[in-house]
Amino acid sequence: MSMFDGFRFRSVTSPIHQMDPRAKFIYVCVLFAVAVTFNQLIPLVVLFIIQIPFVLIANVQKEWIRSMKGSGMFAVIIFFMNLLSLYFYGGYGSFTAVVERSLAMTVRFIVLVESFSIFFLTTSPDLLGLALEQSRVPYELCFAFITAVRFVPVLAEEAQGIMDAQKARGLELEGGKFIKRIRNYIPILIPLIVNAIRRSLELAETMESRAWGATKNRTNLYVLKPGRKDYYLISSAFLILAVSVYALTYIQFPSLTQMLGI
Amino acid sequence: MGIIEAKSLTYTYPIGSKPAFEDVTLRIEKGEFVLVTGPSGCGKTTLCRCLNGLIPHFYLGKLEGEITVAGLKVSDHPIHELAQHVGMVFQNPENQLFALTVEKDVAFGLENLGKPREEIRERVDWALKTTGTYELRNRAPYDLSGGQQQRVAIASVLAMQPEIVVFDEPTSFLDPLGARKIFEVINSLNKDLGITVILVEHRLDLTTRYSSRVIVLDKGRIVLDGEPRTIFNSEAVRLLGVGIPKATRLCQILKPKGVDLGRTPLSSEEAYELLREALKQ
Amino acid sequence: MIKIEDLYHTYPNGVEALKGVSLEIQDGEFLAVMGQNGAGKTTLVKHINGLLKPTKGRVLVDDTDTTKLSVASLARKVGFVFQNPDHQLFSETVEDEISFALRNFGYDEKTVKERVDWALNLLDLAGYQKVSPFMLSGGERKRVALASVLAWDPKIVILDEPTIGQDSQQKERLRQFITQLNRQEKTVIIVTHDIEFVAECKPRMVLMAEGKILADGEARKVLTDPELASRASVVLPEISQIFLRLENLGFPRDVIDVYEAERLLLKRMG
Repeated sequence: MSMFDGFRFRSVTSPIHQMDPRAKFIYVCVLFAVAVTFNQLIPLVVLFIIQIPFVLIANVQKEWIRSMKGSGMFAVIIFFMNLLSLYFYGGYGSFTAVVERSLAMTVRFIVLVESFSIFFLTTSPDLLGLALEQSRVPYELCFAFITAVRFVPVLAEEAQGIMDAQKARGLELEGGKFIKRIRNYIPILIPLIVNAIRRSLELAETMESRAWGATKNRTNLYVLKPGRKDYYLISSAFLILAVSVYALTYIQFPSLTQMLGI
Repeated sequence: MGIIEAKSLTYTYPIGSKPAFEDVTLRIEKGEFVLVTGPSGCGKTTLCRCLNGLIPHFYLGKLEGEITVAGLKVSDHPIHELAQHVGMVFQNPENQLFALTVEKDVAFGLENLGKPREEIRERVDWALKTTGTYELRNRAPYDLSGGQQQRVAIASVLAMQPEIVVFDEPTSFLDPLGARKIFEVINSLNKDLGITVILVEHRLDLTTRYSSRVIVLDKGRIVLDGEPRTIFNSEAVRLLGVGIPKATRLCQILKPKGVDLGRTPLSSEEAYELLREALKQ
Repeated sequence: MIKIEDLYHTYPNGVEALKGVSLEIQDGEFLAVMGQNGAGKTTLVKHINGLLKPTKGRVLVDDTDTTKLSVASLARKVGFVFQNPDHQLFSETVEDEISFALRNFGYDEKTVKERVDWALNLLDLAGYQKVSPFMLSGGERKRVALASVLAWDPKIVILDEPTIGQDSQQKERLRQFITQLNRQEKTVIIVTHDIEFVAECKPRMVLMAEGKILADGEARKVLTDPELASRASVVLPEISQIFLRLENLGFPRDVIDVYEAERLLLKRMG
């Protein structure tokens, strides 16, 4: 049970967690759009910074830092890819301009990861499922999503059980050559798949027995009603959008080279 | 007319070569508590699946004969319609809960039926309270014990207010105390709410005291059907290898040795009372 | 011999499953571990074949510390049959399934063949060699799982919830089978909730609650102590419930078996 603990869904409460996922989603989309339109370093850095308060209010710093670290490797790759392609094909005058542009592209990537990770870190799957249901997404898809979240820890536990059972029959999972290692996993994968199929059959039986598909007009115990906070968030998203459009048309952002006077 | 009526019912699974059960004729009255038992592979689970239309609508295969449940001919009505009359609780509690909160799981059937929200709320709360799971309503099913999960599964069936509830070995994954609680809940559905209960079980020691009738299946046929005491007294039941309660067994083996307690006890309390009476004489 | 000394186990998620368990199991003993779900039974026995390692304390199997051995090498001595056979069945045929462990342990093909046949006969599975384990019934799958472990003839056999999903005939067969193993000087350890099954087998019993051993002794003593039973949240066997009440009529209280009960009652009434 231990190593799979991270998969477990736990409801966390914070002002951000309780918000309507749809409002958060609009916010994330706006940020996404804005980040994609800008290619200068300064506005992108600003976009990065204005999201940090969210992380703090939602109290997900640890998880957030972990996901930022996780994207670090990709950020480095993106930086060097940009650097190389811009240097050889970009037609930029100076090397510093190339560096600055590559840096901007990297920050853009980080902003994208940041906003999506905030969304997923602060949205519990049950609310997300509910939001999906109430956004005209076909119910079958929402149900599939919720069931997947529900059964990930169960399957993880099952995988552990299967590994134990096979190890107890002398299966060595560590060591050996690559091909042998893959072959070692067959005794684990087959029971895992067979059990998953069996389980899905049982689930289907239960669903049928609870009037699955009785009517097209399915109702819902819960309703998501956007509250004042959600409207604030949506408004601020549009504010950011407006400011960005304005900035894009009227403001000439100084480049780093100019600012530092190089 | 009985609430369940089957006439020469025979069923063969799509991949099966011989019938899972054969020529089953059965009549169950409203409000009965029927215990269905028999050795593994005798066809009892398959028979249950006929009661809410999983057979033939979900499992396909060949169903012959006739079965009517709550006045509906099973082969003519879809599962979701039958499900409002017949609730099903299965063996593995884990695979019967698929929402992220208990409450949502209990509401699932009613949501599928498109009931108005206020009604769902009311019935969900009632079902949770009836099964003693109201306190758990905001918990994730994953975090519950097997016994709690199974009680939630009962609540989610109960919320649809069926007249009949079928339980297919509901306690085989539970410890004895958890099992006992489940049986108490099942008993109260029958005694307090008047729901007709069909309980498929191996563990007769914990369940016979609640039942009004026992049906024993073997090799796809009903071989015994009657009042528990009469069934357990018959020599046939022992030959079939049905594990009758130990208290009953004790009195059964005493009888040919000349100690007749007059009645067949179904529980240890009853056996004690009878023995005490006999010892006084 | 198995020697468990002051064993503690804390799972990485912080759950303290065992809190100071000491236990000695001699060769050839038959032991039943009972207690409520979450009492630590399975955690305890998983230490014996090294699937879990102590957080504190020691587990010695034949004087070797289990931390010094891998699960695979301990497995030769300690066979562990899990509760759910579907967690291990994966081969195309029953024969392959049973030979899996034997091949892992590097037996030569001739021995593999012999051992497979031996195990098949032992568990009434002769004739099933070429059948797919997935086509079998639940009870049969359980027997295949059992055969696949017994095939290498481990001297210690651990059975986790062997009676789940078994009808009374299958249980009776299992009981005879365990007795037979025991007669061959095997150490047999079962983890179970099935109190009536234990009452029939009458093994040495370890009763657990909250990560500790509450009682350790003969089944007839442990299973006739209502105070212990309520502390461990177990339900006493029916016969024992009857005789606890008959005690004031001059009967011994430690009766758990139908036939012993019959004998005692006949002596008075017959």
